Amino acid sequence: MNEEIRKLVAQHARLAVDVSTLADDASLYEAGMTSHATVNLMLALESGFDVEFPDSMLKRSVFESVATIAAALGELQQA
Amino acid sequence: MAQFRPGTPEQEAFLAALLERRLLLQTSVPGVYGRGGEFEDVRVGVGEMVTRAGAGERPEQMRFPPVLPRHDLETVGYLKSFPHLAGSIFAFAGSEDQAAEQYQRACEHEDWSEFQSMTELVLTPAACYPVYPTIAARGKLPPGGVTVDAGGGYVFRHEPSGDPARMQMFHQREIVRIGEPHAVAAWREVWRDRAVTLLRELELDAHFAVACDPFFGRAGRMLAASQREQELKFEVVVQIAGPEPTAVASFNYHQDHFAEAYGIELADGARAHTACLGFGLERIALALFRRHGLDVAAWPIDVRHALELPAQ
Repeated sequence: MNEEIRKLVAQHARLAVDVSTLADDASLYEAGMTSHATVNLMLALESGFDVEFPDSMLKRSVFESVATIAAALGELQQA
Repeated sequence: MAQFRPGTPEQEAFLAALLERRLLLQTSVPGVYGRGGEFEDVRVGVGEMVTRAGAGERPEQMRFPPVLPRHDLETVGYLKSFPHLAGSIFAFAGSEDQAAEQYQRACEHEDWSEFQSMTELVLTPAACYPVYPTIAARGKLPPGGVTVDAGGGYVFRHEPSGDPARMQMFHQREIVRIGEPHAVAAWREVWRDRAVTLLRELELDAHFAVACDPFFGRAGRMLAASQREQELKFEVVVQIAGPEPTAVASFNYHQDHFAEAYGIELADGARAHTACLGFGLERIALALFRRHGLDVAAWPIDVRHALELPAQ
């Protein structure tokens, strides 16, 4: 799952650095992801993984890193 | 057509009283009003108080008409965040026959939109928007950045409502700071406190609150949550005609959103940050009428002096 997330991060998060240089728990915000880019990433994750983030997950901390995104997607896919 | 949002009974009653007193003048569209002389004196007085409060910063003065090049609205991504509030200007471009058909339909108040084409203009949704491309076109910022007083022009939001405090066209008194991140953030803090002091001088029960913009849709909920978590938007709220206090001023830290869109650079080539503050002049005037009554002559003398209202 993390590789697929990384692919979408590379396409949509508009980071200042190459996502392959970041650890799973590295902050995407510190790597340059803006609020608007976060929205694009959120929408791409929804179509890529065929899920819909509930309102309770529409917050910055969920999209903080590859690891937090994977945790949120795992939770949604189990539900 | 945007859905009309009725006011609460208290808001509708306040609006009726303002119209009865000719402080506001009714048009056929909710949220679009003329202003009577006494209302206008108060509104202008509030704007002048803001001018005096900011004079020490010696801001550069800029004034723009209430229309914006459509290209600029597109550049800053307004249609992503607020597609429901934007107003675009369309105009006729067709043949004589089409002009005649359009006229016939207009006479019957039928739909004549098919003869209209999009122009290069939109209605200005925020008074600071023309400032960013103007500053960007000058090249790198001078050391220390710039402060711009963008005046108090009309802005448009398409949200017809029965609440007199939610107008479709109103005056937004805006000041903009563009510079290094820490300087911009510090400037916003100073103005936040200054605004509360200014409104309390008018005996308004003003409070400060962390806020978010009315972004559109699910993406908008994400943007709003993000804006709130990062405390990028502050508002000063005042009770007008219930049930909740109404925002009368806002302090917005855009980080590098506008600087990235237009390529605004600091003297050393790094990307600038921007912030703006906006006072909703009609809302402050309405709060004053709510607080002190509809008879301006009977307002407390200190409030009248602060607003430099003409002698009775």
